Amino acid sequence: MTSVFRDVFNTSVEFVRTFGAFQLFSLRVLRYSPGVLLSRFDLVVKQVFNTGALSLVIIMVCGLFVGGVLGLQGYSNLARFNAEDSIGVFAAFGLIKELGPVITALLFAGRAGTALASEIGLMKATDQLSAMEMMAVNPVPRVLVPRFLGGIIAMPLLVAVFSMIGLFGTHLVAVELLSVDVGAFWQQIQITVDMDDIKEGIFKSLVFGVAASMIAVWEGYNAVPTAEGVGRATTRTVVITAIAVLVFDFMITAVML
Amino acid sequence: MKQLDDSLENLIEIRNLKFSRGHRVIFEGLNLDIKRLENLIEIRNLKFSRGHRVIFEGLNLDIKRGEVTAFMGPSGTGKTTLLRLITRQLIPQEGTIRIGGIDIATLNLAELYQLRQRFGMLFQNGALLTDLNVFENVAFPLREHTKLTNRLIRHVVLTKLHAVGLRGAADMIPSELSGGMARRVALARAMVMDPDILIYDEPFVGLDPISMGVIVRLVRRMNDTLGITSIIVSHDVAEVSTVADCSFLISGGKVAASGSPDELRTAKSELVRQFMHGMADGPVAFHYQAPDYEEQLLGRDAE
Ligand SMILES: Nc1ncnc2c1ncn2[C@@H]1O[C@H](COP(=O)(O)OP(=O)(O)O)[C@@H](O)[C@H]1O
Ligand SMILES: [Mg+2]
Repeated sequence: MTSVFRDVFNTSVEFVRTFGAFQLFSLRVLRYSPGVLLSRFDLVVKQVFNTGALSLVIIMVCGLFVGGVLGLQGYSNLARFNAEDSIGVFAAFGLIKELGPVITALLFAGRAGTALASEIGLMKATDQLSAMEMMAVNPVPRVLVPRFLGGIIAMPLLVAVFSMIGLFGTHLVAVELLSVDVGAFWQQIQITVDMDDIKEGIFKSLVFGVAASMIAVWEGYNAVPTAEGVGRATTRTVVITAIAVLVFDFMITAVML
Repeated sequence: MKQLDDSLENLIEIRNLKFSRGHRVIFEGLNLDIKRLENLIEIRNLKFSRGHRVIFEGLNLDIKRGEVTAFMGPSGTGKTTLLRLITRQLIPQEGTIRIGGIDIATLNLAELYQLRQRFGMLFQNGALLTDLNVFENVAFPLREHTKLTNRLIRHVVLTKLHAVGLRGAADMIPSELSGGMARRVALARAMVMDPDILIYDEPFVGLDPISMGVIVRLVRRMNDTLGITSIIVSHDVAEVSTVADCSFLISGGKVAASGSPDELRTAKSELVRQFMHGMADGPVAFHYQAPDYEEQLLGRDAE
């Protein structure tokens, strides 16, 4: 019995210690961010391209199908109240405020986050980070910060793409397939959705961007420098990002409503 | 041009100097010696352990300026670890490491990076940056630390690549290189900033005899013509003998023996003889520490 308590205690201590280390790490990354943004923007752009372009196809495909599903589900429910014209509003709110940011962040973690973590972990395992240190180049601003900033910039753009393609998917299903009136579909969206809804979506996507990129960079940088360690780091990146995104989503929604 | 004689104890000696401007005598009979720091690197009483495993305890050694110094020893004795301690990638629990008279534990990050610009290090597996091609890998330190024009960078990089025989590979990416080629590119990168101290971790492993000969001569030549101090880690006794001025045999967390290759080869010590002549039996156990063989095979588990 005491061993159970001891395990719980040790685990808690370990958790607090890791969390503290994560915060210190985040501060270190944030401290270098303005400088990198100003003086090494070329590196950031390269990473926006890397993470953004990596995730673009999967984001677009998933957006289309999520939008399509919203169209089907929305139609079957709203038709009962003869409100199938509102299907556009239903889909737009869902996509812009919730599904767009959340699903994009989850896909981002699976595609770009794992790529970041394994890339950085491999750089560590093959002594590339040590080699940089030996060349008097600090790997935090040179390697970590551009990847972190690239993720933050890419995320809102990907969310926008996701939501747009999603709405287009709903349009395809509702208008082309189920013959909802196209005028009503778009006009209701135009009337009902206002800037605050968009802002909520953008805010969420920024928060998720910071969380997903920071977690990926942290896991890669702290990976055990072996093949196995890098593999575990990528898995943890996905799991932790998913939890963080959903928790943050709940908190932000609760505050914003 | 006269070679700088490294055996000179004084770097600068001024004897009976007289200097006057017009009628004004500025110096007369001035004598002054500026001593050369014989030892570029001094390690005193070093202790380092990883977890409970003690890797070094009470290690002392000196590395002379302008010489090729070799660290030899069985694998797993901590040769790579020692290099990482000297370059302060790791920090010892006890003891001091002085480079040029400065205790490196006292340096802050900016000073450390300044010191490291004087180092070139060749990692065991090359450690080339995978997202850059060969040319950009070698150019990396120049781009980060200097404001040279592209033309000049091109010139310097191609010269260094030519020296290691890989000018033709400039456009390849690291994953296309063999292990030996990667090591040679890494050597070009280590030289590109014209360092004072070059550190090689196992530079001869996986090289064909031709490139091995080239690299050995390159190490020696850079040392002699550019006045670089070189540190080589290797367990290739034959190659080290041709290139090193002084070797340290590290075993059991200490310097087990030191001296010129010839001295080591003729040494009486059991340990040195075992290592230099590659014998399985001797003071250095071939087996990692383990419970009694018979007991482990036949006996019950501990718990
Ligand atoms: N990152 C590490 N974490 C824990 N132990 C390590 C690490 N790196 C090396 N060691 C241990 O330190 C010892 C010395 O390693 P190393 O310096 O690489 O030996 P060498 O280069 O002489 O073959 C080895 O026993 C190794 O197991
Ligand atoms: Mg080694």
